[in-house]
Amino acid sequence: MNHPAIHIQGVHKNFGALQALNGIDLAIEQGEFFALLGPNGAGKSTLINILAGLIAPTAGSISVMGFDVQKQYQQARQLLGVVPQELVFDPFFNVREMLRFQAGYFGLGRENDAWVDEVLEGLGLADKAHTNMRKLSGGMKRRALIAQALAHKPPVIVLDEPTAGVDVELRQMLWEFIKKLNRDGHTIILTTHYLEEAETLCSRVGMMKQGKVVALDSTANLLNKFSGKHLRLTLGDVRLPHDVERLVRHVENGIYTFALTDMIQIEFVLSSLRASGIKVIDMQLNEADLEDVFLSLVGNVAVEQPLMANHHE
Amino acid sequence: MIDALSNRSGWVGPWTLLKKELLRFWRVSFQTVAAPVITALLYLLIFSHVLDKHVQVYDGVAYTEFLIPGLIMMSVLQNAFANSSSSLIQSKVMGNIVFVLLTPLTHLQFFMAFLIAAIIRGLVVGLCIYLVAMWFVDLTVANPWMIIAFGLLGSALLGTFGIIAGIWADRFDQMAAFQNFIIMPLSFLSGVFYSIHSLPPFWQKISHLNPFFYMIDGFRYGFFGKGDVSPVFSLLIVGASFLVLALITLKMLKSGYKLRS
Repeated sequence: MNHPAIHIQGVHKNFGALQALNGIDLAIEQGEFFALLGPNGAGKSTLINILAGLIAPTAGSISVMGFDVQKQYQQARQLLGVVPQELVFDPFFNVREMLRFQAGYFGLGRENDAWVDEVLEGLGLADKAHTNMRKLSGGMKRRALIAQALAHKPPVIVLDEPTAGVDVELRQMLWEFIKKLNRDGHTIILTTHYLEEAETLCSRVGMMKQGKVVALDSTANLLNKFSGKHLRLTLGDVRLPHDVERLVRHVENGIYTFALTDMIQIEFVLSSLRASGIKVIDMQLNEADLEDVFLSLVGNVAVEQPLMANHHE
Repeated sequence: MIDALSNRSGWVGPWTLLKKELLRFWRVSFQTVAAPVITALLYLLIFSHVLDKHVQVYDGVAYTEFLIPGLIMMSVLQNAFANSSSSLIQSKVMGNIVFVLLTPLTHLQFFMAFLIAAIIRGLVVGLCIYLVAMWFVDLTVANPWMIIAFGLLGSALLGTFGIIAGIWADRFDQMAAFQNFIIMPLSFLSGVFYSIHSLPPFWQKISHLNPFFYMIDGFRYGFFGKGDVSPVFSLLIVGASFLVLALITLKMLKSGYKLRS
């Protein structure tokens, strides 16, 4: 148990002139439920592809439970289950056949069938076991994709955006199953756009921006550091005083969201508005969440757009 | 759970990939076996109808008899190529090749699985044509070992070439170009339908540069005990070509060319 589940040391990756990864150092211990967050283009998928052996790093190394993903790729891949982000499938076979093949590639035979059944059951695929991959709906294909990554019962599981385009019911089911695997000792690494998911599931969070890890701490610590609050005021179409405007994080349909670091600022905002003759129609106060941390670390307008879009899906 | 490394056997992985490759073409055997058999039989029907009374290549061998081994071998070669190349290009375009790339399978195991599947597809198609053709013509067999040797080596050579094409091509139209501009001309101009001795000297020389010529000629030697060149020489050419292509393929796979870019 002395090796980290995943140990990333000085990983650089250049695509021509583009520096996709700019010196990543990261250790994820065995048994962790770890979230890797970051805007599009931060380098999360590049990092996962290097981990999975799908691309080679320009410099640096990654090991899985002590096995180098390049020099000892057979052991490293045996220990690793990666769910690809893209919805790919093999149109020639049904779900159970695909899972048996997948386990077989890892050297497992019929003795693994009980586990395959457990995965099918856990992901709600049991009644689709004999359905051809081609005939599955998008959500079902996503489940099958996850099942394939789990077919050889890997101790380290990487889920790259597993809930993209997945309905609420499956999300619940998926997370229950993944949480159970984590309780059983599997290490889980998750990348996601849904920050609430990372917040509720993961014990530790790494945030990436432009090929670097910009924050790495336990979820609780990160949230504590940003112990601010959200003040949502419904004001209508108004012109805010300048000193209040700088606190605005988001505006939509006359609803202004202020990011506050201190409760005293509430009084300041309200008195400022009153002094300018602006009426508060409605008011709401929320705790800061991982998204605030995320935005304050990696945030800029370009980042906010997809995040907001996700919230309204 | 951490014993994930201990409880596996070395043969299960590559065997599973081979089994998947075999099932892949067997599931659509109407297209992958029946169709090429029908095509070959149509060639046989038409050419033997037109030429049987007019052309004699070897003494005592009717044109139809002469034609059958060539047609069988041409189909073996084309289908061995088609199997590995189309399987690879499909899984690349669909993206499901990633499922194999994520596994501990070595590049040699990957190569062997695709190679053996291609050989089996080629030989199955060839055998089917042979069995159907036997209804029409009594074929002699002079040297069965030569038939087996050329059948195996030829399908291995084209299966390997198919792997190279499948790795190299990124789109279906590039693969079609491979088929139409390399495989088809080389197989049609290899002496399937004629003996190269009937060609003008210049074209005879050109034909000697075509590796398909040696495979067809050697395979045919197995039936009639006669050929345009020595079968041992042909066997050496085909064997050497296979070794060279196999080494190139293994190097491509090891470096991750196009697959792990």
